[in-house]
Amino acid sequence: MLILGLLAVAGLVAPLCGLLLQLDPGAFVHQLGRSEVVSALGLSLAVSTIAVLIALVLGLPLAYLLARVDLPGKGLLRGLVALPMVLPPVVGGLALLVTFGRRGIFGGILGGLGIELPFTTGGAIVAVTFVCAPFLILSLEAGLLAIDPRLEAAAATLGAGRLRVLRTITLPLLRPALASGIALAWARALGEFGATITFAGNLAGETRTMPLAIYTALQVDPPAAIALGILLLALALVALVLLRGRLAVTPLGAGAGEGR
Amino acid sequence: MSLQARLQARRGPSSLDLELRIAGGETLVLVGPNGSGKSTLVDALAGLLPITSGRVEIAGTLVEGEGVRLPPPERGVALMPQGLALFPHMSAVDNVAYGLRARGHGEAEARAKALEWLARLEIAEVAERSPSRLSGGQAQRVALARAVITEPSLLLLDEPLSALDVSSRRSARRLLHRTLRSLPGAKLVITHDARDLAALGDRVAVLEGGRIVREGSRAECLADPGTGYLLAMLCEQGLYSSGEQEPLS
Repeated sequence: MLILGLLAVAGLVAPLCGLLLQLDPGAFVHQLGRSEVVSALGLSLAVSTIAVLIALVLGLPLAYLLARVDLPGKGLLRGLVALPMVLPPVVGGLALLVTFGRRGIFGGILGGLGIELPFTTGGAIVAVTFVCAPFLILSLEAGLLAIDPRLEAAAATLGAGRLRVLRTITLPLLRPALASGIALAWARALGEFGATITFAGNLAGETRTMPLAIYTALQVDPPAAIALGILLLALALVALVLLRGRLAVTPLGAGAGEGR
Repeated sequence: MSLQARLQARRGPSSLDLELRIAGGETLVLVGPNGSGKSTLVDALAGLLPITSGRVEIAGTLVEGEGVRLPPPERGVALMPQGLALFPHMSAVDNVAYGLRARGHGEAEARAKALEWLARLEIAEVAERSPSRLSGGQAQRVALARAVITEPSLLLLDEPLSALDVSSRRSARRLLHRTLRSLPGAKLVITHDARDLAALGDRVAVLEGGRIVREGSRAECLADPGTGYLLAMLCEQGLYSSGEQEPLS
């Protein structure tokens, strides 16, 4: 048991250590200053943040429906929501392309409206949202299911209308799930590669996010790829640790931490 | 401030079909075996579960039936649910003030009134504590204060003392009795404990299989339980001994 556990840890950590061992601090700092890197990093942060915000705006109501409303075929709906999690991202990108691409099903309609998604930053945002939203939605649904319905019932009989119950009871109690969902979705968004390159292409400054920049650098300049990889690794770690630790514990404070 | 209800309702395996009257100021203690529909009834009266037919009138206002269905906040009810359901992310005083805030009272006024109620229930010192740091007896009083502060026309208490240990139960029961007596509305108390029935109830109703199988004043029901369930419940606490026979001994 112990040996297998240690083996698992070694398997997970060894590649990361390998990456770190390749790090040349001087080259790393030099890489950080390059305009391509700055552009890729800025694009990654912007795309992933916008994608998570979109996922939140659309995903919170959907999670509420899944958790609280008796819908026919809810199992199927939940399966569909989770599908992008298990779908190879490149297939997701392909699906987006044949749906929203210039010759796709809705491509004509979007084109008529003057919206062009494939091979634009907008397309990268769509691809990243498609891939990261399920993490947020399923996390929110689990969080909603974990809230004791009697709390909301008690609030309702005490005179609180639906909106007030949502604002004063449901959402505050949902904060830990919200925080971990955002952290997971954002980290996933930051690392998105397959769907983005398939749907949005690899255009420097427009759709070349960090993972795409790493892929590109690997063809011509492996040390640069390593430096970028470490940067992305650090970013993902920061996302997980900061968001999870902070948002989950602080706002609810003593009440939620000790309450259940 | 009375309740008049004649209703059918259904949730899962339990279905209700009954008529219930509680006068203003009166406390009705409702007892019955598990699965007899007690909590279903409470939820139906509170508006958390739609009735399938019948009508419910609270304080002279039709709240459900004949095409009307008022949502819980508009019924003048307050529910103290099983397990208390204190809001874990609010302090004790904010829990108590919740109903007043929800009904549009200002924060300062709501807080002052909440503190008043906590003092009345002899737990003023826990006002700023989070529910997770309250003892069972303190939590029970906070939940009671939270329910009664809105002066509901119908107060629903679902096993209000069940979470307490023996030592705090007796004093909690006395305090609950005093509090209930001071309220002008109709009060419905669900319990499995014959001592609650004997201490709190003006009247008693026994629910079995979704129907009321026995109803009467406390004195009547103590003298003549009329159903096996109530008889067993009373005997368990030594509250019933007939001259003619020694029941269940």
